[in-house]
Amino acid sequence: MRDLRVEVSIGGRLAPAVNGVDFDLAAGESVAVVGESGCGKTLLARALLGLGPDSARVSGSIRVGGHELVGASAEEWRCVRGRQISLVFQEPASAFDPVVTVGAQIVEAVRAHRKVGRSEARRIAIERLRETGFPDPQRGMTEYPHRLSGGLKQRAFLAMALASDPAVLVADEPTTALDATVAAQVLELLDRLRLDRGLALLLITHDLGTVATHADRVIVMYAGRVVEESTAADLFRAPRHPYTRGLLASLPRLSVRTSSASRRFDAISGVVPDLASRPARMCSFAPRCPERFDPCDLEEPALYPAGESTARCFLYDPRLRS
Amino acid sequence: MRRESEAPLVSARDLTKRYALRAGVFGHGQSFAAVDGVSFDVLRGETLGLVGESGSGKSTTGRLVLRLEEPTGGRVLFEGDDWLALSGRELRRRRRDLQIVFQDPQTSLNPRMTCGAQVAEPLSVQGLARGRDLRERVVSLLEEVGLSAETARRFPSEISGGQRQRVAIARALATRPKFVVCDEPVSSLDVSVAAQVLNLLAELREKSHLSYLFISHDLAVVSRVSDRIAVMYLGRIVEEGSAAAIVARPLHPYTAALLSAAPETDPALRRARIALSGEPPSPASPPTGCAFHPRCPIARPRCRLEAPPLAPSFEGRMVACFFPGELVPGSR
Repeated sequence: MRDLRVEVSIGGRLAPAVNGVDFDLAAGESVAVVGESGCGKTLLARALLGLGPDSARVSGSIRVGGHELVGASAEEWRCVRGRQISLVFQEPASAFDPVVTVGAQIVEAVRAHRKVGRSEARRIAIERLRETGFPDPQRGMTEYPHRLSGGLKQRAFLAMALASDPAVLVADEPTTALDATVAAQVLELLDRLRLDRGLALLLITHDLGTVATHADRVIVMYAGRVVEESTAADLFRAPRHPYTRGLLASLPRLSVRTSSASRRFDAISGVVPDLASRPARMCSFAPRCPERFDPCDLEEPALYPAGESTARCFLYDPRLRS
Repeated sequence: MRRESEAPLVSARDLTKRYALRAGVFGHGQSFAAVDGVSFDVLRGETLGLVGESGSGKSTTGRLVLRLEEPTGGRVLFEGDDWLALSGRELRRRRRDLQIVFQDPQTSLNPRMTCGAQVAEPLSVQGLARGRDLRERVVSLLEEVGLSAETARRFPSEISGGQRQRVAIARALATRPKFVVCDEPVSSLDVSVAAQVLNLLAELREKSHLSYLFISHDLAVVSRVSDRIAVMYLGRIVEEGSAAAIVARPLHPYTAALLSAAPETDPALRRARIALSGEPPSPASPPTGCAFHPRCPIARPRCRLEAPPLAPSFEGRMVACFFPGELVPGSR
């Protein structure tokens, strides 16, 4: 993905909700995109699948296996979706037709991209359900979506997403609606699929805890911009951008509290600016930033190398190093 | 630590809520327990955390304590008085002492009333203030929760999610309650905003000597805000103790698994995960014996047959397990 921009219409004018995002994703790799609501992570994910609001304008470059997808026709996108890139999201219930069995829907997904007969498609569907950890795949085929528990529904959704062996899986908040113990199972399943299939995983999440254990690299987004990119290990060991530091500090951690002082969270002050009122020509995090200094109000910082990572912050601008 | 001399502000004893199953050919006359014999005390100025997954009955328990739903059985004592025996009129008068903050201020606030009117409502309903006094009280409540006086004129749709939750908190605090049930108060908020709201709740608690029943699915949040924690599974409390003790050494295998599933971003502190198989069962068809046994990594034959009672263990803790303390996070 190079210089990807997604502009959405707000009050009659276009505003960049995703503003110049670059990243690479290799087979078997897991890259997490983290950020709070309104940072643009979901629009980014949808752009990668050619899905998005009709009013949105996508520019830049998305290449999957050498094919340029920005500007592709609806027909080309249909071939890419499911075949090369698949999507799972938070609410598996809305991905299924409630009146058709899970099995029939996975079979349909298999046959949408492959010229195979009914019985072969059925065999593949059962295989996918087994792969995603269905305890009894034969029986799973005959179930209706609403009869499945939240965790099994998400597994069935994954089975359907993997129906035609995509190279890339975009998982948009895949465990947010699940209980902690069940979410842990689904995340472990995603890890295994990555290893077994060489699946490239783009994990979209607001949950830094998930990132710590299930991503190789992390992209932190704020107000439509990438503000930090780093390996997962470095992000937690040495966060560079003040926003990343603030996010990590405000994360509730298990703690053995000893005094009333540790009841406090180190919260970031203020709120995420909405798209219509984002500060222009300055760092968009500056109004909330504890490290704010003169340059922050004058222009927008670029991504600068910061240790092993990169950060969009003047603290790392080599011109300002004295 | 609990002092014997201190009478609890709120006591729940054997609280039970049964719901009828939809009457069908086979379901006729059957019912299931969403909350099944739950007992706890909350002291003055104390926060009791109630943690559990969906279907554990934690939210229902909060609603029963406030009598937003009538329990099927059990008792609730508030300052020693039988809360469930109060007549409608007496109940309305004393409601000012007990309030609730819900998860989603989007739905708990009325979209057609200004924020000021919603904060004023409990005060005027209770006859505590009117006219100019009422307007001044509303402004000072809004300022107390970190909002500007100008917010009073705004509608909920015109402010952010974090600000809406602050309005909901101002509304809950309007009658100067002694006890507030916080039902997943930050679950719908972004991390940085959630931290601000949790800080606000802690400040208000210290300033007004409030007691909280803090309900959440998130053990990490609960461990930070609570003095004591009760862990619920399928309608029952399976473990209770001081927050510090539970985090340091869980006694129930379910608590141990929850602790190990909690996100830990510091790789040095990351615990080995205890993998639970399956998902929480439906309260409508609970397993035999110990409700946790089908998912429990250390279940023995006895656990299938007999339900362990919630019984005192060491350090003043309570646990419902035949083999307490056997499963330790990081031990496998």
